[in-house]
Amino acid sequence: MEVKNAVAGTLESGDILIQIAPANTAGLHIELDSTVAYQFGKQIEAVIAETLQNFGLTDAEVKATDKGALDCTIRARVTAAAVRATGKDVWAD
Amino acid sequence: MMFVPGNNPAMMQDAFIYGPDSIMLDLEDSVTMAEKDTARLLVHNALKTIDYGTTEMVVRINPLNTPYGKKDIEAVVKAGVHVIRMPKTETADEVREVEAEIEKVEREIGCLGRTQIMAAIESTLGVINAYDIAIASKRMMGIALGAEDYSANLKTQRSPEGIELLLARQTIVVAARAAGIDALDTVYSNLNDMETFRKEVELIKQLGFDGKSIINPRQIEVVNEVFAPKEKDIQKALTILAAIKEAEQRGSGVIAVNGKMVDRPVVIRAQRTIDLAIASGIINKEDI
Repeated sequence: MEVKNAVAGTLESGDILIQIAPANTAGLHIELDSTVAYQFGKQIEAVIAETLQNFGLTDAEVKATDKGALDCTIRARVTAAAVRATGKDVWAD
Repeated sequence: MMFVPGNNPAMMQDAFIYGPDSIMLDLEDSVTMAEKDTARLLVHNALKTIDYGTTEMVVRINPLNTPYGKKDIEAVVKAGVHVIRMPKTETADEVREVEAEIEKVEREIGCLGRTQIMAAIESTLGVINAYDIAIASKRMMGIALGAEDYSANLKTQRSPEGIELLLARQTIVVAARAAGIDALDTVYSNLNDMETFRKEVELIKQLGFDGKSIINPRQIEVVNEVFAPKEKDIQKALTILAAIKEAEQRGSGVIAVNGKMVDRPVVIRAQRTIDLAIASGIINKEDI
């Protein structure tokens, strides 16, 4: 799956900014910067990885800047960034 | 019905805390073209995940004649939204087109008939066609006035008294009543003028509307105060309903309470008072 640079989300409280870029090496490489990294870092990374795998994106550089987003917001922002990065929509045309 | 922008996660997750009767997540005017895709995903995931309790969940979609409308319907129907709000509705055909799209998605996921429709009427043509719109689908649960676009279409602007909206408001209430669905009034967007807001809520209650659209939690208290029945009226309504129940058991259709005849319109008003008292949290259904 061809991947282009793409961004979704904001840096507002309760949101998360997801930046996706083509992978330098095989696999998902997630770099997380979060205000709640100590408490929820692993959980946030797991949600990002699971969402991308369900989408079918297995190779990408992912930078996530989290401002306390709920899991549902993380899923939405990651999916939106993946759609923008690949051009593959999740809704029928 | 509290309007919440569909691209603001913090507002979407906190909205129900303030206790509105319904929350309308907006994919239309409050979302820029560049963020339609991300807002749609946010709303879809929020509806699927956040427990909004008994709050009625509504999503305002983009019109079907834009590149976004069909995808909006797919996203929110799959997430289990209660009501889809159509913007700028002008004809019954538009309602039937939205209904067809809803049905397509509902058939695909096996929940035919789950999603209701509300139509916002925001133009002179929409007002002219209000009754046809109100009866266009068995899914229709209400029609609402969108006054900003309507005022622009009339070539006027909104005034504190709202005289320019009178015909539209009355037409919408009459159409809704004739169709047996709800009538919802437009938003009032000046948050610094709560006095005029209260007058507007009192006016639309007197006209017969079922509720008011709001844009900020600060407005909820005023709407509830105006719409909630007074203690004296609740007691009177309870007395009437108890008397009519007793009369029905005796096989009598007409009764008198405190020397006044009680007939069908009086009973309907009494029942509406009690329904409002329950909806306002003043009395519990179980206590009646």
